[in-house]
Amino acid sequence: MAAGVAAWLPFARAAAIGWMPVANCPMPLAPTDKNKRQDELIVLNVSGRRFETWRTTLERYPDTLLGSTEKEFFFNEDTKEYFFDRDPEVFRCVLNFYRTGKLHYPRYECISAYDDELAFYGILPEIIGDCCYEEYKDRKRENAERLQDDLDSENNQESMPSLSFRQTMWRAFENPHTSTMALVFYYVTGFFIAVSVITNVVETVPCGTVPGSKELPCGERYSVAFFCLDTACVMIFTVEYLLRLFAAPSRYRFIRSVMSIIDVVAIMPYYIGLVMTNNEDVSGAFVTLRVFRVFRIFKFSRHSQGLRILGYTLKSCASELGFLLFSLTMAIIIFATVMFYAEKGSSASKFTSIPASFWYTIVTMTTLGYGDMVPKTIAGKIFGSICSLSGVLVIALPVPVIVSNFSRIYHQNQRADKRRAQKKARLARIRVAKTGSSNAYLHSKRNGLLNEALELMGTPEEAHVGKTTSLIESQHHHLLHCLEKTTNHEFIDEQMYEQNCLESSMQNYPSTRSPSLSSHQGLTTTCCSRRSKKTTHLPNSNLPATRLRSMQELSTIHIQGSEQPSLTTSRSSLNLKADDGLRPNCKTSQITTAIISIPTPPALTPEGESRPPPASPGPNTNIPAIASNVVKVSAL
Amino acid sequence: MSGCRKRCKREILKFAQYLLRLLTGSLHTDSVEDELEMATVRHRPEALELLEAQSKFTKKELQILYRGFKNECPSGVVNEDTFKEIYSQFFPQGDSTTYAHFLFNAFDTDHNGAVSFEDFIRGLSILLRGTVQEKLNWAFNLYDINKDGYITKEEMLDIMKAIYDMMGKCTYPVLKEDAPRQHVETFFQKMDKNKDGVVTIDEFIESCQKDENIMRSMQLFENVI
Repeated sequence: MAAGVAAWLPFARAAAIGWMPVANCPMPLAPTDKNKRQDELIVLNVSGRRFETWRTTLERYPDTLLGSTEKEFFFNEDTKEYFFDRDPEVFRCVLNFYRTGKLHYPRYECISAYDDELAFYGILPEIIGDCCYEEYKDRKRENAERLQDDLDSENNQESMPSLSFRQTMWRAFENPHTSTMALVFYYVTGFFIAVSVITNVVETVPCGTVPGSKELPCGERYSVAFFCLDTACVMIFTVEYLLRLFAAPSRYRFIRSVMSIIDVVAIMPYYIGLVMTNNEDVSGAFVTLRVFRVFRIFKFSRHSQGLRILGYTLKSCASELGFLLFSLTMAIIIFATVMFYAEKGSSASKFTSIPASFWYTIVTMTTLGYGDMVPKTIAGKIFGSICSLSGVLVIALPVPVIVSNFSRIYHQNQRADKRRAQKKARLARIRVAKTGSSNAYLHSKRNGLLNEALELMGTPEEAHVGKTTSLIESQHHHLLHCLEKTTNHEFIDEQMYEQNCLESSMQNYPSTRSPSLSSHQGLTTTCCSRRSKKTTHLPNSNLPATRLRSMQELSTIHIQGSEQPSLTTSRSSLNLKADDGLRPNCKTSQITTAIISIPTPPALTPEGESRPPPASPGPNTNIPAIASNVVKVSAL
Repeated sequence: MSGCRKRCKREILKFAQYLLRLLTGSLHTDSVEDELEMATVRHRPEALELLEAQSKFTKKELQILYRGFKNECPSGVVNEDTFKEIYSQFFPQGDSTTYAHFLFNAFDTDHNGAVSFEDFIRGLSILLRGTVQEKLNWAFNLYDINKDGYITKEEMLDIMKAIYDMMGKCTYPVLKEDAPRQHVETFFQKMDKNKDGVVTIDEFIESCQKDENIMRSMQLFENVI
C-alpha cells in the first residue's frame, strides 16, 4: 500500500459504514491505538543540514531505518535530534520518498554512492519510481559492465589452473593477448591471409612474355609456384578451422556462425578444384569457384574490430538500405520508360529497350554520366535533365538520413527492448506488491489468531509471536476483515484457492447437495441463523487436506495448553467483547470465526475438527465428531 | 458583407500562419501541453474556522485530513479516476472500481464530477461523527443509485455485486454466481416490510434500528481519526 494513500485509510474505513446494513454477521472489533501520540515533528540532522518532518511520515515504512526503532540508535540526547553522518544530498531523495511514496534517482549522483546510501537507510532500489527507473537501471548496468571488465582483465592476467586444454585453446583463439602462443598464431594466420589475397591478385597480372606466345598472366607463367603458395595457405586455413572446431564450446553454434561459414567458403574452392582438375566440361564452373577465393579477405574481420562493427551496422541498417533500393528502383523504372519512349523516334539511338535504358538512368541519377548513352531528341534531353536533377535528390538525400536513421534506430531499438523488458518487470513488481499486501493480511490473520490463542493460555510472554504490525497495517487488515464479514467469504491465497477448486471438482458427494453450496450454507447457517431452511450438511468433506493440516498446527498448540472447558463460553464471547445483547443464535451456533478452542480430552484428535451442526453431524464425516463445544478455526 | 470580409481576412491570416509554420518547420507544435493546462483545476478550500464550524471535527483533525488529502490530490479536487485508484489500493485482491464509483457518487453531493475537500469533510463528518440516523441516511443514499428515494432490487444487486467484486476470485468458500443475488434476497426480506419490492428510507431506518448487529457496527468506526 503506497504511503500517500495511507492518509486515505481513515476515509476508506469510514466508507465501510456502507457495508454495515448489508452485512448479516457481526463485525470484528476495530484495532485501538494503544499509544496514541499527538503527531510531532522530528528533526533529522544529516551532516549539519537539518530536515524536519512529521513522525507519522516516517512511520509509513516501518521496515526501513527511519521508520523503525533503528533510528533511536542515532538519537542525540543533548540536541534532541537524530544525527546521521551521511550525504545530505541523497538524504533529500530518501526523505522525499517518505513524503511522496516515490523514490527518485538524481542524474548527477554516482550510482554506487546512491546504492550505498539506499542500503544504509534500508530501502530497496526496486521501488524507484518509473520516471527514474530506466536511468537507474542503465547506470547500474554500465557500472556492472565496468566491474565485469575489470574482473575479466584481472582474470586474464592471472593463470587459471583449472581450465581444460580445450578451454585454453578456445580462449587463445578468441583473445590473442592471453599468451604468446596465441599471439604468434594470430599473426601467422593474418600473414597467410594477406599472402593468399595478394597471390590471388598477382595471379592475374600480366607478367611479361614468354617468347613465342602472347602475354601471359603470372598465374599461368609460374603456375607451380602459385599452386604451392595456394596449397600452403589452404593447409594453414584448414588446420586453423579444424582446431577452432575442436576447441569450440558449442560446436553446433560455431558451425552456424558467420566466421566459420566464411572460413569454409574460403577453403572449399581449393578442394573442389583438387577433385575435379581434369574435367573440361566443368572447368568453367571451376573458374567461377576461384572467385570465391576472394572471400578470404573477410577472414580479416577476425583481426579487425572495425570490420565487424561495419558488418553489424549494415546488417542492422538493412531495412533502410532496402527502402533506398526500392525507391531507387521505382525511379529508375519510371525514368527508363520515359527515356525509352522519348528516344524511340530518333534514329540509331542507343535506347533499344527499356532495360537498356536502365543503364542510362542509373548512370545519370548517380551523377556519374559516362556518356556512352546520350539522348538526342529534345524531349529526351528535357527528361534526361529532369532525371539527373531528381537523381541528386533521390541519391543524396537518403544517405545522411540513413546514417542518422541508423544511429537513431539503433538506440531506439535498444530503448524499446529495454522498455519492454522493464514493462514486464514493472508489471511483475506491481503484482508482487499486490500479492505482498494481500499476503500480509493473510499472514497477520494467522499471527493474530496465534496471538490470541497464546494469550488465552495465560502465557503472556509468548503472546507476541509474530512481528508487531504498525497501526496503519492493523487498521487496513481490520477493514479487509469487515469486508469478509459483510460478504461471508474469506480471503485466501492463490494456492489454497487452486487446491480448493481441485478438491471440490474431484470429490464425489453422497449428499444431494453440491459441496460449495453446502459449505456456504454451513457458514451462513451457523453464523446467521436467520435462515430457516437449514438441514444437515456436510461439514467437512470439503475441507481440503491443507486446511486440516493448518488447523492441526493451531489446535496442537491448544492441546499443549491447559484445558479449561469453561473457557468456551468466555471465548465465544471474546469476539463480541463489548456487546451486551448477543444474538442468542450466534452464541450457541458455536461458530464464530477467528476463535480457537480446545477439544475436549477424550476426543482429542490432532486433526482438525468438524463444524458440528446443531443437529447431528453429517453422514459423511471422516473425522470423528468432537464434542459440541469445539469450534472451527477459521485460520487458513 | 462585413462579416464575410472578416471571415475572409481570418482565413487568409490562418493560411499565412500555416505557410510560415511550414517554412520554419514548426508545423507540429505540441498540443499536449495546451490540454494539460486546461485540465488542471485549482481549488482552494474554505477557511479552517468555517470548516470547523460546518463539520464536527476539531482543527487538528481537519489539519491532518487536509494534509493527507492534498498530498494525494495537489490540485485540490479528486476526480473519479483518482478516487478509484486510491480506493483500489486498499483492496489488492479484487476489483473495487464499481464500488468506488458508487462511493464517489455518494460523496459528490453536488454532482459536479469532482470531490472537493468540503465534500470530503461533509461526508466524513456524517460517517465518523454523525448520529446513527444520519449514518443510516448516508448509507441509504449510497444504495439508492438514482437518488429517487427508493432502493429497488436491481440497485441493491448492483451494489452487492460491487461489494463482492472487491473480494476478488480467491475466496473461501468459492464465490458462486448467485451469491450477491441471494444476499439481496436476504436483505429485502429483512428490510422490505410491506413487501412492495422497494425499500423506502423509513423502512430502511426502522429495520436497521431493530437489528442490533447493524446498530453496533455503526459505532465501530468512531475512533478512526
